[in-house]
Amino acid sequence: MSDKRFKDHLGRPIVAVTGMGVITSLGQGLEDNWAALTSGTSGIHKITRFPTDTLSTRISGTVDFITLPAPNAVERSYAFARETTKEALAQAGLSGDFEGPLFLAAPPVEPEWSDRFALADRSLPSQREGDAYDRFLAALRERPDPVFLEAVQFGSISERLADTFGTRGLPVTLSTACASGATAIQLGVEAIRQGRTDKALVAATDGSVSAEALIRFSLLSALSTQNDPPEKASKPFSKERDGFVIAEGAATLVLESLESAIARGAKVLGIIKGLGEKADHFHRTRSSPDGGPAIATIRAALEDAGMDESGIGYINAHGTSTPENDKMEYGSMLAVFGDSLKDIPVSSNKSMIGHTLTAAGAVEAVFSIQTMLTGTLPPTINYTNPDPSIMLDVVPNVKRDGAPKAVLSNSFGFGGQNASLVMTVEPA
Amino acid sequence: MKSDNDVVITGVGIVTCLGVGKEAHLAFLSGAQAGVPQIETERFKPYPVHPMPEIDWSQQIPKRGDQRQMENWQRLGVFSAGLALDDAGLKEDADACASMDMIVAAGGGERDIKVDSLIVDEALKRNDRELLLNEKLTTELRPTLFLAQLSNLMAGNISIVHKVTGSSRTFMGEEAAGISAVETAFHRIKAGQSSHTLVGGAFVAERADILLLVEGINAHATGEWQPLWSRSDESGGGMILGSVGAFLVLESRAHAEKRGAHIYAVIDAIEGDRGNRKDDRLEQRLTRLTGLVDAEAFAETVVFSGASGIVDLSRRERNVLETRLSGASIRGFGGVTGHGMEAQFPLGLALAAISLDGKTKVPAFDADNEKPMDAPATRAVVTTVGYTRGEGVAVLSAA
Repeated sequence: MSDKRFKDHLGRPIVAVTGMGVITSLGQGLEDNWAALTSGTSGIHKITRFPTDTLSTRISGTVDFITLPAPNAVERSYAFARETTKEALAQAGLSGDFEGPLFLAAPPVEPEWSDRFALADRSLPSQREGDAYDRFLAALRERPDPVFLEAVQFGSISERLADTFGTRGLPVTLSTACASGATAIQLGVEAIRQGRTDKALVAATDGSVSAEALIRFSLLSALSTQNDPPEKASKPFSKERDGFVIAEGAATLVLESLESAIARGAKVLGIIKGLGEKADHFHRTRSSPDGGPAIATIRAALEDAGMDESGIGYINAHGTSTPENDKMEYGSMLAVFGDSLKDIPVSSNKSMIGHTLTAAGAVEAVFSIQTMLTGTLPPTINYTNPDPSIMLDVVPNVKRDGAPKAVLSNSFGFGGQNASLVMTVEPA
Repeated sequence: MKSDNDVVITGVGIVTCLGVGKEAHLAFLSGAQAGVPQIETERFKPYPVHPMPEIDWSQQIPKRGDQRQMENWQRLGVFSAGLALDDAGLKEDADACASMDMIVAAGGGERDIKVDSLIVDEALKRNDRELLLNEKLTTELRPTLFLAQLSNLMAGNISIVHKVTGSSRTFMGEEAAGISAVETAFHRIKAGQSSHTLVGGAFVAERADILLLVEGINAHATGEWQPLWSRSDESGGGMILGSVGAFLVLESRAHAEKRGAHIYAVIDAIEGDRGNRKDDRLEQRLTRLTGLVDAEAFAETVVFSGASGIVDLSRRERNVLETRLSGASIRGFGGVTGHGMEAQFPLGLALAAISLDGKTKVPAFDADNEKPMDAPATRAVVTTVGYTRGEGVAVLSAA
């Protein structure tokens, strides 16, 4: 039955992308995002969601144009993913219940401070130091608050997506920090390769920018403090880069076995050819100085794709604009690609959209496929003073024509998380 | 019908109020009577919780610096993961750990309750709460606390302490995280995508910040401990949380046999589901899921039910189990360990593996509602019905 053209070099089902949707600070939908991204437009702006006067970082790539029933991370993350999923399913030409599994990368959530303040307002006064939670508990015993619970459950975003889109089985909600979006794609591909399903819905969303989130990253010295002008702060691979810009966004990909996509006459947008991962045990926030795990991750993705490094025509870098990531990522790519690295265009979408954290791996996978589909390489903006120790063709400041047949996309995160994807235009 | 890609359990790391490690739990599961479990009724009054036993962290987390980087939730996970690796005989095998896959079911870590209290108390006197928040968070938060809270940093710390670095994935979403973690590991091994995987989770109940979330729907039991199936709406919602760490080493049979590993049990089937629980829809799903048990008679079956204690849900689950698996011995383990949230389903598998391997006649955990076992079981069914959503069933057989 099964045709050879639908199997990869290891005899596994080839996995196609048939639908994509995206939201970033640049706008809603792939078309608007792509127009902005290829024109070198930044979505980074001064934060208006909460006061920032006394904070060292006052800019971000928040998404503030989606209407929400309540301003919390769960509602925001859900709304983003709902919108990108609608877009992806429409592009894939699928309607009605999806009837395949859902893999969702979502941010860890906690109660909003406004909820803590509201609980304090209806609680008895403090009896002793540090008793706020005892008072909150007493207040909830008096009057429970299911809405509060729903806004702090890690499972509530996938629950709603599963109901809205009719996915099958128990959805997976995952976090591998800044590699989450890539991990979600990996899980979807694995499920199809296992033969358990012929399609999977993969979404990654992050609407978790709050004062506390910003301050926590600030305390770890991870964020850029170059607040003025905001759009110039994110400068991956530049000499004076000083941290990432925290941002929001979401992306959805409809994954299908190539066989099933072709059988139903769907347009194949790209192929998820290979995936690699390797955890790092060096440090909680820092990567191994020799880049060993990142190198192993890229090599594993190439091997999984059945390709060697000469096949890669463009790299969508993790490129966070932190001093350490960009240096480590360059070293790792150099180790894998050697001298030929200088001839491969490498750009960082984060120069324009900031770091969309949980969503980044999927957002950047969508842009990677769009790069191949349109033959346009998005630039790395704010590249006026290159880091002399990083010798890359970053597609500086202005888009360029290019026709890569295969793209590598890297994602690295806190907690030793590393994941890389290889995507191609053609199945073989 | 043994097969090379059978998924077998070769390592168990378990910590509950019943004790630290496999032996303590084997002793409990072999005992004549379960008795009244460890319970803490004073510290979080009116909520009883099953506390952590005394743990010498340095047994599994030798570096003080590593211990200091974590709070108890991550420590308990890293400690339990270490126990599982030790038990599987893989702890000192650097190559096996470096190629080992890992899926962790995680919630979030501890908040700094003093800082939170300080902020809300100060805010009661001020109108500029958002400015106050910025000021206090900037000055009062410990920078490293963020890392002790991040969901994926339990896995991150397991990589650092135990050098498990093949891959690292963290699943979230309350009980469903634990179900999906084992389900995903199972299918990856079946399909040859992984040869050995560390899977599990941990949960710390002794935290006011975590008790708070669940009280949003008044899910907690209040007052004195009651056996699981004997709880009623008269004393809260029925759920008693427990501090739990539960990790398993899963391997393909071929991988396990090649290295001569001890096999506790075989995982025959596993599946999770979710959906509306109105009318009899929960019953319909549980009936379908228990259909994974490929048998006509259930006399040699023990069911480790992870029922949360939520009164209505637990009753509904038990009705399905008694009808569908008639003759099986049902044991609601959350009654003696407390409900372990993300760790609940892995905990059920750990108990089932120990019991099948030890050929134990598991004592009744709720003597008024659970029948004694005449003989050790050869098959175990593990269930978890999430306290708000998600359901999962696994079927294990003796090695």
